[in-house]
Amino acid sequence: MLSRVASSIYWLNRYIERAENYARFIEVNLNLTLDLPRGTTEQWEPLVATTGAHESFADRCGKATKEAVIQFLSVDATNPNSILSCLTAARENARSVREVISTDMWEQVNRFYLMVRAAASKGLSSHNLHTFLADVKANSHLFLGITDATMSHGEGWHFARLGRLLERADKTSRILDVKYFMLLPTVAEVGTPFDIIQWSALLKSASALEMYYRRFGRISPDDVTAFLILDSTFPRAIRYCLIKSEDSLHAISGSEHGSYQNQAEKRLGRLRADLDFGDLEDCVAGGLHEFLDRFQGQLNRVGDAIFETFFAPRPIHSTIAGAEAQ
Amino acid sequence: MGIRFSHYDPEGFYDELYEEKGRPRPGSTLLLRKFASLPEGESKKRQEAAERVILNMGMTFGVYGSEDGQEQIFPFDIVPRIVTASDWERIESGLRQRMRALNLFINDVYHDQKILKNGVIPSELIYSSTGFLQPCMGLHPPRGIWCHIAGIDLVRISGGRYYVLEDNTRCPSGVAYVLEARQVMKRTFPELFEAYRVRPVDGYPSQLLETLRSLSELPDPTIVILTPGIFNSAYYEHSLLAQKMGVELVEASDLVVVDGSVHMRTTKGSQRVDVIYRRINDDYLDPLAFRQDSMLGVPGLMESYKRGRVALANAPGTGVSDDKAVYAYIPKIINYYLAQEPILPNVPTYLCSDRRDRTYVLEHLDQLVVKATNEAGGYGMMIGPHASKQERVDCARRIEADPRNYIAQPTLALSRVPTLVDDHLEGRHVDLRPYVLYGRDVYVLPGGMTRVALRKASLVVNSSQGGGNKDTWVLS
Repeated sequence: MLSRVASSIYWLNRYIERAENYARFIEVNLNLTLDLPRGTTEQWEPLVATTGAHESFADRCGKATKEAVIQFLSVDATNPNSILSCLTAARENARSVREVISTDMWEQVNRFYLMVRAAASKGLSSHNLHTFLADVKANSHLFLGITDATMSHGEGWHFARLGRLLERADKTSRILDVKYFMLLPTVAEVGTPFDIIQWSALLKSASALEMYYRRFGRISPDDVTAFLILDSTFPRAIRYCLIKSEDSLHAISGSEHGSYQNQAEKRLGRLRADLDFGDLEDCVAGGLHEFLDRFQGQLNRVGDAIFETFFAPRPIHSTIAGAEAQ
Repeated sequence: MGIRFSHYDPEGFYDELYEEKGRPRPGSTLLLRKFASLPEGESKKRQEAAERVILNMGMTFGVYGSEDGQEQIFPFDIVPRIVTASDWERIESGLRQRMRALNLFINDVYHDQKILKNGVIPSELIYSSTGFLQPCMGLHPPRGIWCHIAGIDLVRISGGRYYVLEDNTRCPSGVAYVLEARQVMKRTFPELFEAYRVRPVDGYPSQLLETLRSLSELPDPTIVILTPGIFNSAYYEHSLLAQKMGVELVEASDLVVVDGSVHMRTTKGSQRVDVIYRRINDDYLDPLAFRQDSMLGVPGLMESYKRGRVALANAPGTGVSDDKAVYAYIPKIINYYLAQEPILPNVPTYLCSDRRDRTYVLEHLDQLVVKATNEAGGYGMMIGPHASKQERVDCARRIEADPRNYIAQPTLALSRVPTLVDDHLEGRHVDLRPYVLYGRDVYVLPGGMTRVALRKASLVVNSSQGGGNKDTWVLS
C-alpha cells in the first residue's frame, strides 16, 4: 500500500473519531451542567482545557460562555479540531483515497460532511443542539459499520482501525479528565449524590453506562475510572483500544505479538503492557489527572513513531548501485 | 398534465430529438411521451432528485477549498441525447479511421517524417508546434502506438451531418461524467431503461485496463494512474477510474526512479511500476527532461521511459496531433496514410499562418470563431458574432503578432437537444465527445459526453462558462 494512501486512511479515521468525541465532550458537559445545584454557575472553561485548545480559544473567543464554547468545538471553521474542521479534513483524506475505500464509505463521509456543513450554516441553538450531537455520533457509527462491512480487512482496514482506536484512547482519557477539571462546588460534595450523578453523566457520554452497570452494578468513582481505563472488552475503554491497535500494527508489519520490528510496535507494546499489568492503584497513585496527562504524551509518541515508520517519505536506495552507470 | 411536447419548437436548428415542431424523431417518441405523461411538477422533482444523487456522490467540480467551501455540483440535465444505431455506426467507423491515422502520423513525425518530406504538411508547422517534443525523436512506444486514449469532439449542424471539431489526444477528460451520468439516469428514470435498448457504458474501465495492460509484455503488469493531485479539476475522474480498474492512484511524489526503473513508495518499501496512465501534461512529467523550473514530476521518468523500463499512456509527444493548425491537415493525413477519404469530415478551418487565409479571417472576424492553436478547454477562443468590437480589435492584434498561433472556423449552428428549463423544454446547443481507446485494437465507447450550453442561445458548452452535461444514449 502506498505510504500516502495509508496515511490518508489513518487520518480519515482519526478525524471521524475525533468529530464523534467532540460531540461526546459537549454532551458530557451539557449533562454535567444540567444537574448542577441551583445557584452554581455553569462551567464551560474546563471543557476547552480538556481539548488542549485553551490558549487559542482564549485568543479568539475570550470568555468561555456556553454559546462560545459550543460554537468553538462544533462548527468553528477556524478551530482546526472543531467537528466541522474534522469532517472537512476527513473528507479531503477520503477524496484522496477514493479508489482504495468503497463507494459506500465515500458516500457516507460525504453525507456526514454535508450534514455538518448544513448545521453550521443554519447555526446551532439549544433546541437543535442535542439532535446535532446525536447525528454526529450516529453518522460516525454508520461510517464505522460501513467500513467494517464493505472494506476488505487487509492492510488498509488495519490502518483505519489503528487511526480510529488511537484517537479514541486519547479522547476517552480526556473525557475522564473533564471530571478533574470540573470543580465541585465544595470538597465536601465528593461522594455525594451530586457527585454520583456527575460520574454517571460521564459514563453516559462515553456510551458506557449500560456496560458499566452490567459489570459493577453501582456507581463508584474508582470503578468508573477502572472501567474506562482498564477494561479489556468495552470498546471505548483505553485498554481495549490499545489491545486492538496493537493487533492491527502487528497485522500490518507481520511481526509476532510480544516482539517488535519498529519503534511504533515497541512504544505501543510497552504502553499496553503498563495497562495489562497495572491496576487502578498504579494508575492513580500520582493523581489521576497526572496519569492521564502522561498517558496522552506517550500516546502521541506512538503516533510519531507510526508516522516515521510507515508514512514519512524515506529515500529509497539503489539496490545494485552503479550497475548501470553508463 | 406535465410537459406538452407538441409545443416544442426546434426554431430552425437541427434538433436531436425532433424532426420539426411537434414531431419527435422515431427514436425519441417513447422518451418524450414519458415526459408528457409525468404529472405536473414531477419532471422538476426528478431533476432535483438527480442533483441530490450527484451531490451525495460527491461529483462536484471547481472552487475546491474556497473560502466558504461552497462546491458546485456538475450541472446536469435529465433529458438525454439519443443517438440512433445507424448514426453511431458511422461515428464509430469514422473515429476508428481517425485514431489509426493519428497514430500513424505521430509515429511518422518522430521517425522518418515521410509526410513532411513528401510535402503533404509543411515542416515548419510541425517544428513550431508546442506539442512537438524533440526528445521524443526516434522513440519506440510499444507496437508503435502513441495515443492510446483520445476524446474526439464532434458537432452536428444543420442537415444533421457530424463533423470533427477537435482531436483531444493529450489527456482528454470527462469520461467519468459519462459513467456517472448513466448511474444518475438509471436512478432517475428506471422505467425508460426497460423500454429502451441503450448500449451500456459501464465497460469502459475494463476496456481501459485492457488497453493499459497491452502496453506491457508482462503477464500481470503493475499499472498506476498518475494524477497532479486532489486540487486538479479532473481529480474526481482520476480517482474514479483508479477505483473502477482496481489500480493505484499515485502522485508524482509517490514515485521514484531507482536503477532506471520507476517505483512507488509503499508501507513495505518500494514496488516496481510497469505502466503509467498519466493525467499530467508532458511538460510536467519529468523536471530533468522538460521543465527544470518545475517542482512537479518524477525526476528520471523520461530516461526510464526511453529505455523501455516503463510505458506511458499517452506517450509523450502526442500533442503534436492535437495542435489546431495541424488539425486542418487531418483529412490529408487520413488520405496519406490510409488512402481513404475521411468518414467524418473536418470543420472548414482557416490557418492564420497562411497569408490568404489570414486576410480572409481579419476581414470576417465578426462571423468567425478564432481559436489559439495550442490551447484547450475553450481558452483563447473568440466567438466573432458574440464578441464586442473591442474584443475583435484585440483579437486581430493578437493574430497579426503571432499568426501561427491562431486558426479560425465559421460559427457553427450547433444542433440542439430539448432541455428542462423550470417545468418545460427548451432547445439548447450541444456537442459530443466520444472516447476512443487504442490498445491491441481500436475501441470506441458507445456513448460519450454530451455537453450542453445551458444558457439560452449560448454556443459555449464548457462547464466553467455555463455548460452542463447530458447522458448520451446510443441505441442498439
